Amino acid sequence: MDHLLEIFFKAIFSENMIFAYFLGMCSYLAVSKTVKTAVGLGFAVIFVLGVTIPVNWLLENYVLMPGALSWLGEEYATYDLSFLSFIMFIAVIASIVQLVEMLVEKFAPALYGALGIFLPLIAVNCAILGGALFMQERQYATIGEATTFGVGSGVGWFLAIVAIAAIRQKIRYSNVPAPLKGLGITFIITGLMAIAFMSFGGM
Amino acid sequence: MSEKEKEPLFSKKNKKLMTDPLGDNNPVTIQVLGICSALAITVSIVQALTMTGAVLFVLVAGNVIISLMRNIIPPKIRIIVQLVVVASLVIIVNEVLKAFLPDLGAKLSVFVGLIITNCIIMGRFEAFAMANKPWQSALDGVGNALGYGLVLVVVSVIREFFGTGKLAGIEILGNSAEGTGLYSIGYMNNNLVILAPFALITVALVIWVQRAINKSLVEEH
Repeated sequence: MDHLLEIFFKAIFSENMIFAYFLGMCSYLAVSKTVKTAVGLGFAVIFVLGVTIPVNWLLENYVLMPGALSWLGEEYATYDLSFLSFIMFIAVIASIVQLVEMLVEKFAPALYGALGIFLPLIAVNCAILGGALFMQERQYATIGEATTFGVGSGVGWFLAIVAIAAIRQKIRYSNVPAPLKGLGITFIITGLMAIAFMSFGGM
Repeated sequence: MSEKEKEPLFSKKNKKLMTDPLGDNNPVTIQVLGICSALAITVSIVQALTMTGAVLFVLVAGNVIISLMRNIIPPKIRIIVQLVVVASLVIIVNEVLKAFLPDLGAKLSVFVGLIITNCIIMGRFEAFAMANKPWQSALDGVGNALGYGLVLVVVSVIREFFGTGKLAGIEILGNSAEGTGLYSIGYMNNNLVILAPFALITVALVIWVQRAINKSLVEEH
């Protein structure tokens, strides 16, 4: 349990998707103009990361890794399909996003109303594919660890986008130098927030 | 359509496709696409150039492929088709890097794979290649990849020079460990510059300079 908690908090703070790896910056910058939309996109990312990472973990461990196919029989033990991982991961992500969108629309219309427009956007959010690739690189031992990592990264991303959206709403009333307005000042604020988040690294 | 076919290969309009993304329509600083990788791998010029090369290849080849297929891709599943095209091209890049430049490939780690979700690529497929001919699409790809590369190189030059005192791995200011060159009179590297957060601030500075020069790019909010 301690181990899972460690993965969870590490994924939120010291290995925050936005502040440590800059993943998902495109939608982070595009959808952070108001807190309301930021919250919607943030929840959608938590959700999709929490679903796709375990699925990709299964795929990695039972299909793609060198020797992963040994459950099919002795003669498959030498197969190494890891070169296919990019295309498999992105296909899984795109189809799960599509599937999730349909399921949510059918069974939870209220949630669909809140997340709906953001779900298709997420298929090409670098944070999702980045999460899958980090999962592959770090070789989590169990599906529980992978899921914890997925949800934790999602929560970290959520915190980051909601925080920047709140700041951007207020900064509109400030006297920012004209060429820095909008994009420039958002970058600088994110940089300062990232420096603050670095202090979690020592934990 | 027939007049367009007579257009010379490098007509004014076609040249504009290539030069616009370098400046006033830059994919990174103006359209805000492809930021993720632009920030993460700009610690050294060599990494920035490798990444630019990879993106150049993927974007040009992908643009041409998508443009050739633009009339037969069913609109409803176009995103999946585009993702498959990019993913296949990125796999080629990744295998080439692994085979010939294993050290660099390891440094770029997940960011090679993340070219798949680099918004510049999907953005150009959607906005340009789906509606234009292969040759124009190829030029558009070259222009946007170079525009992306330009920002990467500028940012990485700033970060590498002030962070380590080197450029492309060559010691410009002397050796900091041995205290030669500028270091002998007390110059110190700014370690903050090579840390991740400073990438954001450097990009902001680039944006600041660009928008200060060209006032029409300034945003309302």
